[in-house]
Amino acid sequence: MKASISWLKSLCPTELSVDEIVSCLTMAGLEVDGVETAAKSFTHVVVGEVISASPHADADKLKVCEVSDGVAIHQVVCGAANARPGMKVPFARVGAVLGDDFKVQRANIRGVESSGMLCGADELGLSDERVGLMELPDSTPTGADFMEILALPDDLIEVDLTPNRGDCLSITGLARELSVLSQTPVQSVSCDSIDPGSSQTHDVNLHAPEGCPRYVGRVIENIDVTRPTPLWMTERLRRSGIRSIDAVVDITNYVMIELGQPMHAFDREQLVGAVDVRMARNGEELVLLDGKKLTLTEDVLVIADQEAPLALAGIMGGERSGISEKTTTVFLESAYFNPITVAGKARRFGLHTDASARFERGVDWRLAERASERATNLILEICGGTPGPVVVTDDDHAMPKTQTVELSHSRIEQQLRISLPSASVQQMLGALGFDVETVDAGFRCVVPSWRFDISIEQDLIEEIARIYGYNNLPISLPAQALGMASISEAETPVMRLKHYLVDQDIQEVITYSFVDPEIQAILGDGTAGVRLANPIASNLAEMRRSLMPGLVEAVRHNVNRQAPRVRLFETGQCFIPQIDELDQSERIGVAIYGQSTPLHFSIDRLVDFFDLKGILNGLSMINGGGELIWSPSEHQSFASGQTASVSLDGEVLGIVGRLHPKLARQLDLPKPLFLADLKLDPLLRGQVTAFKAISRYPKVVRDLAIVVDDMVKWQQIVDAVATLSDDRIQSVELFDVYRGPGVPDGRQSLALSVSLQDPHGTLDDQAIQELVDQIVCVLRKNADAELRG
Amino acid sequence: MDDLESIKDDALALIESSDSLAQLDDVRVKFLGKKGLISGQMKTLGKLSAQERPSAGSKINEVRDCVTDALEAKRSALEVEAETQDLMRDSVDVTMPGRPQKIGGLHPVTRTLSRLNRLFASMGYAVATGPEIEDDWHNFEALNIPSHHPARAMHDTFYFDDGRVLRTHTSPVQIRTMVSEEPPIRIVAPGRVYRCDSDLTHTPMFHQIEGLVVDKDISFSDLKGTIITFLNRFFEADLDVRFRPSYFPFTEPSAEVDVQCVMCEGSGCRVCSHTGWLEVMGCGMVHPKVFEHTGVDTAVYTGFAFGMGIERLAMLRYGIGDLRLFYENDLQFLNQFHG
Ligand SMILES: [Zn+2]
Repeated sequence: MKASISWLKSLCPTELSVDEIVSCLTMAGLEVDGVETAAKSFTHVVVGEVISASPHADADKLKVCEVSDGVAIHQVVCGAANARPGMKVPFARVGAVLGDDFKVQRANIRGVESSGMLCGADELGLSDERVGLMELPDSTPTGADFMEILALPDDLIEVDLTPNRGDCLSITGLARELSVLSQTPVQSVSCDSIDPGSSQTHDVNLHAPEGCPRYVGRVIENIDVTRPTPLWMTERLRRSGIRSIDAVVDITNYVMIELGQPMHAFDREQLVGAVDVRMARNGEELVLLDGKKLTLTEDVLVIADQEAPLALAGIMGGERSGISEKTTTVFLESAYFNPITVAGKARRFGLHTDASARFERGVDWRLAERASERATNLILEICGGTPGPVVVTDDDHAMPKTQTVELSHSRIEQQLRISLPSASVQQMLGALGFDVETVDAGFRCVVPSWRFDISIEQDLIEEIARIYGYNNLPISLPAQALGMASISEAETPVMRLKHYLVDQDIQEVITYSFVDPEIQAILGDGTAGVRLANPIASNLAEMRRSLMPGLVEAVRHNVNRQAPRVRLFETGQCFIPQIDELDQSERIGVAIYGQSTPLHFSIDRLVDFFDLKGILNGLSMINGGGELIWSPSEHQSFASGQTASVSLDGEVLGIVGRLHPKLARQLDLPKPLFLADLKLDPLLRGQVTAFKAISRYPKVVRDLAIVVDDMVKWQQIVDAVATLSDDRIQSVELFDVYRGPGVPDGRQSLALSVSLQDPHGTLDDQAIQELVDQIVCVLRKNADAELRG
Repeated sequence: MDDLESIKDDALALIESSDSLAQLDDVRVKFLGKKGLISGQMKTLGKLSAQERPSAGSKINEVRDCVTDALEAKRSALEVEAETQDLMRDSVDVTMPGRPQKIGGLHPVTRTLSRLNRLFASMGYAVATGPEIEDDWHNFEALNIPSHHPARAMHDTFYFDDGRVLRTHTSPVQIRTMVSEEPPIRIVAPGRVYRCDSDLTHTPMFHQIEGLVVDKDISFSDLKGTIITFLNRFFEADLDVRFRPSYFPFTEPSAEVDVQCVMCEGSGCRVCSHTGWLEVMGCGMVHPKVFEHTGVDTAVYTGFAFGMGIERLAMLRYGIGDLRLFYENDLQFLNQFHG
């Protein structure tokens, strides 16, 4: 809401400065977003009257005018096309300063003396448009100081209202607040009722009383729409951000800004029969004032005549019944529309009008008649005419009811920790328009008809707090019983995993949860993800099922910026559709690309599968749970033979592998990219350590070299040894892999380091040999291994 | 016996002139080996008389000890020398770069969130989380935002065809907590939230942290105290804080919180639009309708809630000027934040 300070002060004549008003309103919850001046500063500008205007002898586009400033006649050379004898126009005398530094001086323009300047609205900072000279109404007194005529200087404030404060979408509403805050009595706008000059009325039927329980209509005949809107009114409208259209429309807009009641004027000649306020019929059409054609549905409230809809109730009028130059009789609408009926409709049709903004938030339901009288007053004053009687059509049952809310002293004290005398509470709420009556424990408050946001005690608490001043209220901390939080030892905080990865030289990223459906399809398992109904872009249209699409995109971003080495991780919710629910659990993803280490003269290799495997195995050790099990796997987008499915305690966590080089090339990633995407929760669930006695006896290490088929996986070796389930075998580690001379084609030599230790005694040579023999034997049996000579 | 003396002199001379451990060992074998010259002298004792034998024997022993000592002394000297030479060979240019051991970093949002969690944990708050795809009831209805409410229009919601939404705030976690737990409740709920809006100052995804306290006798003053303490701890400065009445459907009274600008200390700058104040969060007393929806007894309990944008806090804390940097994931940006 844009408001002129001078208009505001005309209703609330406070002594406060603009800065003080801004601070007052802001700290009372009516946030002032900006302040600007209503016009440029200017001096020595008066109302001039053009006496004559004749062509300049040496310039086609210039005119030589004689201008009266009420004191003398000045010769002025002027380039405006609309300069003509008889017009009233702002005249800057010689010596005038417009804006910061434009000085009006005596000049000689192509041989003709020019003393002063005729001004356009733009030159005075009253408009951004250049449309020739600013034409003032004929009645404007010649010679009058233009600053005074325009009530300048003036400042404009932009109030950013919260949706609950529709009552402040008018100068009257703001003045009411300012009056309470500045303790200045408010001046109300006079809305004297006008005696009808005729008995002309127009029938109105309320067919949808829930949406429109009250409709105030009035017929005014014999008006002259062509009369100009007075300068004071167009100026006030301009300062409220509203353009002047014609006198009648200007007046309805003026009353809306002044009182808060949106109104509409129909050209009565265009109405066919009675006016019906009803729900639209499906498929009905309406051409709006702005030329836009709408197809309506039956949840839209319209004003219609017996032929078709005339207007979108509370939002915008239609073209057919709009005011034109030929209009002589108007039918003036001032109605109460239910906020719920209007809400959302403007949005649906993409029409955010001043009227809909007000009706959606709630317009004072007792205001319609007064607004009608006020508008009639102004129409008669400006356009003349003969008013008919005010006709109120309403449905009492559907009208809002007066609300009464009780407020107790104890509630004020409990919530705000202040104790206020009854008189202060009554004074505060009374000034805001509440009817306050004291009762035993506190107050009974009748809510004013313009407040739609007060229905419970807490609402009144807020009003008290607001007027008392939030910053004047005491400060404390909640009293807390000294409890102790439960901290699970078996559960690892996710931050621990993040710190681990950071320490592995991996950078955390956060990528959007919605991804490109195409990339997701390529990286996915062939099942569809969840699609957004209204994505912000087609490449952000599907909810991620894994962290891979985001990680690949982040790797690409950095590779495109010449990063030689990119190592990223992310954790977050992923969205995997299940049969009848949606799995929204957290996942952890890692991507490594490029050099295995930062550049150094001693090392030079690219990352490989085992780099990522090592990182993830380390990750899985943090919670002290089981070991990750890696099994060979296949995926359309991963390199065959460098892809594994990873599980923990029998639960598949996800996939790890190298992005297929062909796909990587398509994505402009020339080097190998290794990706992992795993369920997070199992990596966080661990066990509290159960201590096992340590062996005091010496540990023996034996190295074995075995030859097995190329196709034999290391996991088979580990599994084979595990079948012995002999607790004296502590570990079997792989320390060399060899293929080449000395080993038959199609076979590989594996060097194993076996650690043996008996918890109950020292292993003697014979026992050691027996164990080694058992290992060799089980490897021969399960993996066709032979001992290398 | 002259023989013995000359053997000794020879041995000492050879030891002295040895310049490697191998050479020294040859000397040892030559004199002290089983067939060595000194050992040979011992064998000559048999030819002597019983009277001569002891004195001759002790002379030979003297020589043997003397040679043995000389050998040992020379060996240590040679070993020291050899090690010194080895070390000379192994010497490095200590000014060359070390073997690279870098660390990654946490995203500034995570870093900030983690700090917020710790600050609130120290005040007894537990961390709660919830799903990002929410139903209408948790995201709107239960928070007193019915379908026709004008506040819905301000939320720019992402929808799914089944009517579910991407949560527009972390407030649904409040609802879930109040439904599942009995007061006293003291939680913070950090996480991703979504608004269908993208420009210089908006990203379609961002992060919030929500706080909720429900207990007997919680007041607006408690809310003020909590927020003021938090902001001073977060910015590690004694900053002015002010509360402005505002409107959220799920709190009443509601407030917007401004903190004295951390960039200009309140004197006015571009960041604070020359007001000296930065709007950092919204808060208020939990609306009784929200309590009704979640089954909290309004006759017994009151509570407060607050919510703030993490990116905004991180931007102010680290002096980041452009919101979009958070989601470009450019390493040049991310590398500036440490683990
Ligand atoms: Zn500042």
